[in-house]
Amino acid sequence: MDLQLLWFLLIAFFWAGYFLLEGFDFGVGMLLPFLPADERERRVMFESIGPVWDGNEVWLVVAGGATFAAFPSWYGTMFSGFYVALLLILAFLIVRVVSFEWREKRESPRWRATWMWANTIGSAGAALIWGVGLANLVHGVPIDSDGHFAGDFFDLFSPYTVVAGLAAVVLFAFHGATFLSLRTSGDLLERARHASRRLALPAAVVAGGFVVWTVAVAVDRNDKDVFPPVLPAAAGILALALAVVFAFSMRSGWAFTMTGAGAVLMVATLFTSLYPRVMVSQPEFGNSLTVETASSSHYALTVMTVAAAILAPVVLLYQGWTYHVFRERLQIEEEPGSS
Amino acid sequence: MSTLAVSTVDLARVQFATTSLYHFLFVPLTLGLAPLVALMQTLWHRSGNDAWLRLTRFFGTLLLINFAIGVATGLVQEFQFGMNWSIYSAFVGDVFGAPLAIEGLAAFFLESTFLGLWIFGWNKLGPRLHLATVWLFALGSFLSAFFIMVANSWMQRPVGSTITEGRAELTSIWELLTNRFAIWAFVHVILVGLTTAAVVVLGVSCWHFLRGRNVEIFRPAAKLALIVLVPVSAVNLWWGSHLGIVITEYQPMKIASTEAQWDTCQPCAFSLFQIGGFTVEDQTPSFSIQIPGLLSFLATESFDGEVRGMNEVQAQYEEQYGPGNYIPPVRATYWSMRVMAYLGTLVFLVAAVGAFLMWKQRLERTRWFLWLAVASIPLPYLAALAGWLLTEMGRQPWIVQGLLKTADANSPSVSTTTIALSLSLFAALYGLLAVLDFVLMRHYARLDPPQVGGEGGEAAPAPGY
Repeated sequence: MDLQLLWFLLIAFFWAGYFLLEGFDFGVGMLLPFLPADERERRVMFESIGPVWDGNEVWLVVAGGATFAAFPSWYGTMFSGFYVALLLILAFLIVRVVSFEWREKRESPRWRATWMWANTIGSAGAALIWGVGLANLVHGVPIDSDGHFAGDFFDLFSPYTVVAGLAAVVLFAFHGATFLSLRTSGDLLERARHASRRLALPAAVVAGGFVVWTVAVAVDRNDKDVFPPVLPAAAGILALALAVVFAFSMRSGWAFTMTGAGAVLMVATLFTSLYPRVMVSQPEFGNSLTVETASSSHYALTVMTVAAAILAPVVLLYQGWTYHVFRERLQIEEEPGSS
Repeated sequence: MSTLAVSTVDLARVQFATTSLYHFLFVPLTLGLAPLVALMQTLWHRSGNDAWLRLTRFFGTLLLINFAIGVATGLVQEFQFGMNWSIYSAFVGDVFGAPLAIEGLAAFFLESTFLGLWIFGWNKLGPRLHLATVWLFALGSFLSAFFIMVANSWMQRPVGSTITEGRAELTSIWELLTNRFAIWAFVHVILVGLTTAAVVVLGVSCWHFLRGRNVEIFRPAAKLALIVLVPVSAVNLWWGSHLGIVITEYQPMKIASTEAQWDTCQPCAFSLFQIGGFTVEDQTPSFSIQIPGLLSFLATESFDGEVRGMNEVQAQYEEQYGPGNYIPPVRATYWSMRVMAYLGTLVFLVAAVGAFLMWKQRLERTRWFLWLAVASIPLPYLAALAGWLLTEMGRQPWIVQGLLKTADANSPSVSTTTIALSLSLFAALYGLLAVLDFVLMRHYARLDPPQVGGEGGEAAPAPGY
């Protein structure tokens, strides 16, 4: 296979992994102020993602690193062009990362409430801006003939990209709720199920609308045919519809599988709508960056391919094993500090 | 155009310098404490002595607090190349991107996943498997340091690559990974990490001796710290000075600037301290203390070796690369090298005295030394920061030695205002985190080590979230 296409697919894969995995830990973060009745339940929610969120976030680091290595101009133009957006994401992620490690280090209710909100705002904010940012790759931003970004922060916002951001937020919240329905017990489980029923329809409608709109944008602004982007879009809509059904019929495992599939297919729709461009330029469509113009040399891509072929399966194995180790439902402690 | 362009690149530089140095406040402790904590857990596993388990938990908590902020600030480093330095990114991505991407796949996944398993796995994994997770975490952090040093060393000494159509292209991954510069710099960073962690373990233990609390628990920790610290800090002094020889070979200007050596000399004296002599207009110091022949030895391994001066290298570079100023900030490189070397020596001396007292079994009663050990905690941090200042400032005006200048590498689409905004945001956020981190670390360093045993396995007040 053509190495440029392969790396385009791999980057899409890393983003899909990021949406699938960090998607639910973002979702749990967003639900923190709303689900738990007390500190013990809140602690259980933190614990449900505690062992895995950090590994989940590495998918983002790898997506970024792979873009840098395989498509340097894409990386340079996207990261400098989306400057303020990425700055906000960094701020959100930093306070969120710290909240995980530091929240329980002090007893004071104010300290704990502050870090809980830091986690919630960080999760929702980062999800929102990632949605907006990735949608802009297809929707197009001003790029000059040297391949540099030629717009400003507000060029990133259009009705379509804002819907993308909202779709990410509400779908991740739903995904987080179905995850909690798998990992918790007792009252908290009941409330997680309730939340997933409440979130199911809005998430399916907004995320479903977003994938349809993405196909339309790809045709309209990126010179694509309806086929093939319509395939992942249709599959995404199906997955979201099934997620609604399973959420209401309380089949948690299937509901979680389908919210995950919805997140993955959202990324798949975006990247299918993008190829062979990596960053669409609008209004000067001719300045768009493509896999051809943005890619690294054949040798560099070969080296990276060998490295990824060896390392990625190992990573998948041990990360999968982690989820196996922490598969049991979490119980609420009877008395804090004992047991 | 020129004034605006200059201030944009200058702000981008200030941001890179501050965020990188800040990030590196947390990296060495993680690098060094990860294997030390793993060693403590191994000693517990082997001996069944509860003191080691309590120490594992105790220092494990400090490691976690520290690691969190290292992860958070590390993400900024990856994004920043593209955000502020898009020309650089497009120019080097083919070469520089590979070790970064491989770092993510090979190291960062390992670190993050196994840290989660370690923290939450006390009661879920068998003891041997659980012990393996902390070692894999330590391995991940070492691998991470290796790939980052490979990337940085390519900027110091670009190997395994060629320039095609105005950008760098990788020609040999093997040459890139075995860059002599990278090997020396990587080991140096690991030694710095172990030194930092051992100084922290020693300092914290001595603080507990001063309070007369938990003496039985911290005695083995202090001993372990000294056993690591004495040889590691000594080897690091030698290793660091040998790195100077490698630098002399590939970056003569960096060494000349570090020594404020304007004219080529043979043999060359080492300037211990000087006033003046740091600018083109003022090349002769008004006062200096010198050791004859020592600079020749440090730079060439021979007491009468030749060291090229800045004037000669400047003339050569002008011929090679065209007109321009190729001299780094002399005063800054001169002093950062001395701060690094003098503090490194001081750390070794503290370690040697500590080892002597321990051998005489007087360590816990020698109060002036206990205070000294506590006061020494900042030393390795300051030395490490000075070391990075030297490494990066000594390469200027280049961002990639001989290939691309820093002034030509920043993002054209990013305005001064935008960088000023991001710089203030990072300053505020990092400042706040620094204060909170210090408060938390101090709090946990002063606690009694967690109790274990008695109630079965769950004594793990899981250094959890």
